[in-house]
Amino acid sequence: MSKSLLKINNIEVVYNHVILALRGVTLDVEEGKVVSLLGANGSGKTTTLKACSNLLHAERGAITKGTIEYQEKDIANHGAFNLVKDGVAQVLEGRHCFSHLTVEENIMTGSFIRENSKEAKQDLERVYDHFERIRIRRKSLAGFTSGGEQQMIAMGRALMSRPKLILLDEPSMGLAPQLVEEIFAIVKALNKEGVSFLIAEQNAMVALKYADDGYIIENGRVILKGKAQDLLDRPDVKEMYLGVGKEGKTSFRDIKYYHRRKPSFT
Amino acid sequence: MDWVYLIEVLVGGLLSGVMYSLVAIGFVLIYKSSGIFNFAQGTMLLFASLTFVKMTENGIGFWTALFIAAGIMVIFGVATERFVIRPLANQNLLALFMATVGLATFQEGFSQFIWDSDVHGLQMNKFLDIGLLDPNPIFMSDHIPWLDILIPQFDIFASLVAGLMIVVLAFFFQKTKTGLSLRAVSDDHMAAMAVGIPLQTVWAVVWAVTGIIALVSGLLWAERVSVSFTLIEAVMKALPVILIGGLTSIPGAIVGGLVIGVGEKLGEIYLADVFGGQGIELWFAYFMALMFLVVRPQGMFGEKLIERV
Repeated sequence: MSKSLLKINNIEVVYNHVILALRGVTLDVEEGKVVSLLGANGSGKTTTLKACSNLLHAERGAITKGTIEYQEKDIANHGAFNLVKDGVAQVLEGRHCFSHLTVEENIMTGSFIRENSKEAKQDLERVYDHFERIRIRRKSLAGFTSGGEQQMIAMGRALMSRPKLILLDEPSMGLAPQLVEEIFAIVKALNKEGVSFLIAEQNAMVALKYADDGYIIENGRVILKGKAQDLLDRPDVKEMYLGVGKEGKTSFRDIKYYHRRKPSFT
Repeated sequence: MDWVYLIEVLVGGLLSGVMYSLVAIGFVLIYKSSGIFNFAQGTMLLFASLTFVKMTENGIGFWTALFIAAGIMVIFGVATERFVIRPLANQNLLALFMATVGLATFQEGFSQFIWDSDVHGLQMNKFLDIGLLDPNPIFMSDHIPWLDILIPQFDIFASLVAGLMIVVLAFFFQKTKTGLSLRAVSDDHMAAMAVGIPLQTVWAVVWAVTGIIALVSGLLWAERVSVSFTLIEAVMKALPVILIGGLTSIPGAIVGGLVIGVGEKLGEIYLADVFGGQGIELWFAYFMALMFLVVRPQGMFGEKLIERV
């Protein structure tokens, strides 16, 4: 078993001092692995990722319980800037490209924390090698590129800080299935180069296909975890998240049954 | 038509336009990097030039006083970021705007409190005794025989300073890493944080730079209108400038300033009768801005709203 890179221990997150978004999420990203975090709308995927990247306070959220460790250091109050420096990069949900900057400028913003501009040039080439599609568009404004291209820009931007761990939030959002596959293929390629991933996804099928481990989160709580392949084989996951159940219609009440069970961990 | 007179009006307009541009740049800088319309720009000008004047009145030399005043403005800028902007980060932009209104009120009282509310004169010529400035205007007819107009040397000096500042700022924004991060921050705060741009540092830099711009433009304006509360009024003229030039563009601030400067002078001289008498210079700039808004709401060089559909 390889070393743990990111360890979330039973965290609780509260927005605006009243809204309880996460109530006990425990999660482990091992070095060199791709981990998928699945769940429906509002289940707490993004909050989990933002808790890791220290972006919560920008939305008036705070971790009230539990710890987050990265490389065995507590990072709950490390500051977004320092985290990027230490090798954790986040790709936000909905891309968040700088629309008035050119594609290349967008990617270069990711190298802000780096001192050496020569290395940044090399990294830029590396990004273009992974994302050939945006190389040809590098002089155009990011706001005018397509959704898939923006996803690539956002990921390229994150790559510029040479991260060890990328927190990828809903890469498939609003993309054609073919593009989703393309993005995940790139994730896999980057993973081979040694970058670990924590991916929040709604598209469970793709996310589990490319992941090593999977977590399913519901109402701010992890309700299932396991090897990605095992999760894919579970009948309840199949019905609830993959949309392939057993023959005939299943009553929704029966599906709920699986999730009412209290999870044995947390 | 009297062509020589027209040229004189044009030159006069351009030179006063440069002064508007200078103030407008201060607005643009803050707006570009943080999306805040800084209502306190005028009082920053007043505070900066008042600080400078009081120091020189107490016998401190020109360069020392300039240096200290710049230092104070930098400290003031950083403090503004720390105590006004930072606690309100990621809030509604209107809240931030209101904060700058409050800042303006505070600064107005504060500068009266530590200095005074008297009207001070500022003779830049007295200080800049380095052969650069001659209190006498240039007689253009000495150089070009048929061009019988006067150009004040101070105006030329002011234009040179403004030009220099524009070049430096343009370079800073387009070519440096800090400039790039400033533009990134202005586009999307959250994303900027996610890629590791230290938001607080960037904002502190912007406010510090704006403080220095306020000092420079404050001194140039003070030379014209004296150091007093009229200075704040003068700044209001920068509003039509940024409306015409575009809130997000430094070149826009320049061109907008020139358009307003020339426009109001030409309007005063050739259109006054149409509008019923002299004195339209006072409001003609705002009228121009209003007309412009109808045609092109984002200004000449302003950023178009990019929206994916």
